Amino acid sequence: MRAILGQLFLLGPMLIVGSVVAGDRVSLPKYPQPVGEKCVEPADIMRREHMNFILHQRDETVYKGIRGITAKHSLKDCIDCHAGYDEQGKAMPINAKGQFCESCHNYVAVSIDCFGCHRTTPDEINKMRQLTVKFNQDRPYGGE
Amino acid sequence: MAASKEMTDQSRRSFVKQTAAGAAAMSVVPGVILYDVARAARDPGDAVTDRTRWGMLIDANKCVDGCTDCVTACHEENGVHQLGRPATDAQWIRKVHLRDKQTGREYGIPVMCQHCEHPPCVDVCPTGSSFKRADGIVLVDKHICIGCRYCMMACPYKARSFIHEDVTGQAVHAPRGKGTVESCTFCIHKVDAGEGTTACVQACQHDALVFGDLNDPDSRISRELAKYPSRQLRADLRLNLGVRYRNI
Repeated sequence: MRAILGQLFLLGPMLIVGSVVAGDRVSLPKYPQPVGEKCVEPADIMRREHMNFILHQRDETVYKGIRGITAKHSLKDCIDCHAGYDEQGKAMPINAKGQFCESCHNYVAVSIDCFGCHRTTPDEINKMRQLTVKFNQDRPYGGE
Repeated sequence: MAASKEMTDQSRRSFVKQTAAGAAAMSVVPGVILYDVARAARDPGDAVTDRTRWGMLIDANKCVDGCTDCVTACHEENGVHQLGRPATDAQWIRKVHLRDKQTGREYGIPVMCQHCEHPPCVDVCPTGSSFKRADGIVLVDKHICIGCRYCMMACPYKARSFIHEDVTGQAVHAPRGKGTVESCTFCIHKVDAGEGTTACVQACQHDALVFGDLNDPDSRISRELAKYPSRQLRADLRLNLGVRYRNI
């Protein structure tokens, strides 16, 4: 174990030197421009914390039923803004190659579990529902 | 000892007095009270509470044998695609055909998750994935479901399905994927949006299904349950079901 650590200490500076020399050998991820004015949090916070936000939100939604416009960090909303579209205007799956989630997760070599279950594209029907939800939430139960 | 007893009695008396005064004040403004009861459901952004208990009443006499509108609507609403493999395809709701052997009476009823007050699926779940929400809706937290299918074994109503194959094109509001168990959610996305109905109820052209709040004495379901006889499936199990049947 100690020997391995020693090797890592030796390798560390070499790696740093390597990256400085190589410069842009691994290019930064490229992904489609999102729609919408701005994200729910500043970009630097989202990059670091998005997994915690959606982990917290999932429990709020599943157990407490907080969804729709009151769910600030909903995965659905990520997809609604960040999905890319092809030439025909058809939404691309957000975990497809070069798309928003995949490009960055591929860059940092972290696999995504979300899309085994969650839909990967925005849903037109759902947009209509969101309007309904907002309409209903503006006028909660029993309102005339 | 005697002194403390007296004190207790006094405090009780004053409590009763205060409560009576409060009740009087409430009855002065009945409109406000009615509004409060109606609003008791939920404010947006608030967690669900047990002030509401969702339930469904199904009338077997109104349900037309051979009609499967509710099944189609449910599966379309929740993106439960049928793959033409009946042995493994998920069923959130199904029409069960019944025949009384003595009288020959034949009829069909839709059967789905009965949303028990004491759900056996929750009892047996080893991960805590199977749970009952505060408003009585029994759900699977698929994030922590390991697909062991104990709940499917425990359910007396065969209400749950296991997803055997990769899924794409899910409904946005109903995530579902291979290796997890699922069942009727009482269209939870509609309930949370304040629609107060489900896809199957909306699809039924025969008015056989009524959805509503069992805790609200003024809801249609409560009024019908109070007026007409109804039954729970396997009432002997004393699970206190959210789904009730008439004329079975």
